[in-house]
Amino acid sequence: MVLLFAGLLTGCKSGGKKAVNEEVTMAFPKDTAAFENIKKAEKIFNALPSPLESAMLIKSTGAKFDKTLLNPITNANSYVTNKSMALNLGIYTCDLSFASLYEQTQLIIDYMNAAKKMADGLGILKAIDQPTIDKLEENINNSQVIMDIVSETFMNSNSYLEENGQPAMATIVLLGGWFEGLYISTQLIDMKDFNGNKLVGRIIDQKLSIDILLNLLESSKGDTSVDELIIQVKRLNLIFDKISISTSKVRPEYDTKSNTTVLKSQVKTNMTPEVFKELASTVAEIRSTFIK
Amino acid sequence: MRIFKIIPVLALILFTSSNNADAQCKAFARKVCLPELGAFTHDGNYHAAVLVEGEEAELYKTFYSDMDYKVAICGEEKLPDIEFTVLDASKNVLYSNKDANYAKTWEFRLESSQQLKLLIKVNSFNKPGDAPSSGCVSIMFGFKINK
Repeated sequence: MVLLFAGLLTGCKSGGKKAVNEEVTMAFPKDTAAFENIKKAEKIFNALPSPLESAMLIKSTGAKFDKTLLNPITNANSYVTNKSMALNLGIYTCDLSFASLYEQTQLIIDYMNAAKKMADGLGILKAIDQPTIDKLEENINNSQVIMDIVSETFMNSNSYLEENGQPAMATIVLLGGWFEGLYISTQLIDMKDFNGNKLVGRIIDQKLSIDILLNLLESSKGDTSVDELIIQVKRLNLIFDKISISTSKVRPEYDTKSNTTVLKSQVKTNMTPEVFKELASTVAEIRSTFIK
Repeated sequence: MRIFKIIPVLALILFTSSNNADAQCKAFARKVCLPELGAFTHDGNYHAAVLVEGEEAELYKTFYSDMDYKVAICGEEKLPDIEFTVLDASKNVLYSNKDANYAKTWEFRLESSQQLKLLIKVNSFNKPGDAPSSGCVSIMFGFKINK
């Protein structure tokens, strides 16, 4: 029985999935299980883009900052359940990252405090403490230090939840951050500028992460909060299914000048304006249930 | 009936030691692995686990075009070399650190966004009779915009 209990403990920590054999196509596989596994790995990590990475992806397209798209900090007082606090810890961290990259000094402090409120509510000790807030204020004009602080506080929150037997909450935080990035991106698209818009390309790229998100959620299946989210994400997945991504064979080439390997490939994607509108409205609708 | 008294105690010991190992892993990731990212900004995600010699782990992540990435995969000193291989969706091997003397880091960029798989394996000391060593293995990603 003790062995059984130990097995349960390690099983909970792994958050893994069983390897399933599935045919691989040249186009992007629908499921990560398409990676055939000869031997089952002891640990499987499904890594979503972090809030900081999502915000960086938006900024890299040249998109403009729009404060009205962020979740108002006044909403923070209304989040009392663990699920809503976890979702909005991810959402506020993404908003904070967005504000940081666009050097919105007052918003950086406001959103760090909102994220702190969510972390405190979840009992995440010392994730965002007073010295962190002080350091943030002292370095408010140093974007690299700000990014390092955002990255560190996010890692503190995430690792705390993982270490303290709350992988479902850790997943919900990640989902909140990813969703907020997708929401901001879709809202920033002007339909007059749809074709050839770099940000549209970034939105299409999110199709590549939705199975990772579903695998993450499935590893905490049975948790009521997660089960509700699985239904919402599957709804979104149905729309992503209407987007096509086809990638040529990847060729690695080493660039001696920059000491970097360049993974060369060509990609063909297709998302019609109608599908985009459906995606944007569904994302907005689901996100409104997260922030209410 | 005594078993019912022993089980909670053993369960508590197991839970505590598991948590201690995790906390140790976090400290290792922060102190040893994070500095390996150098000038790259850590994405803030945390991936670490205690692995035993010969064990494997997998990681799935989407990487985006127009970004420079650096991955750092670090194992505690008591562990043998950590081997990592990067594969694309068609299972083509794109990189193996075995060809780079088990380097801890790899810098790369993509022409088009891809979901990649990282296969991480703790090698074995191959000492029959010895208890296999175990330790923390941490995986961290850093990025910067490709200008």
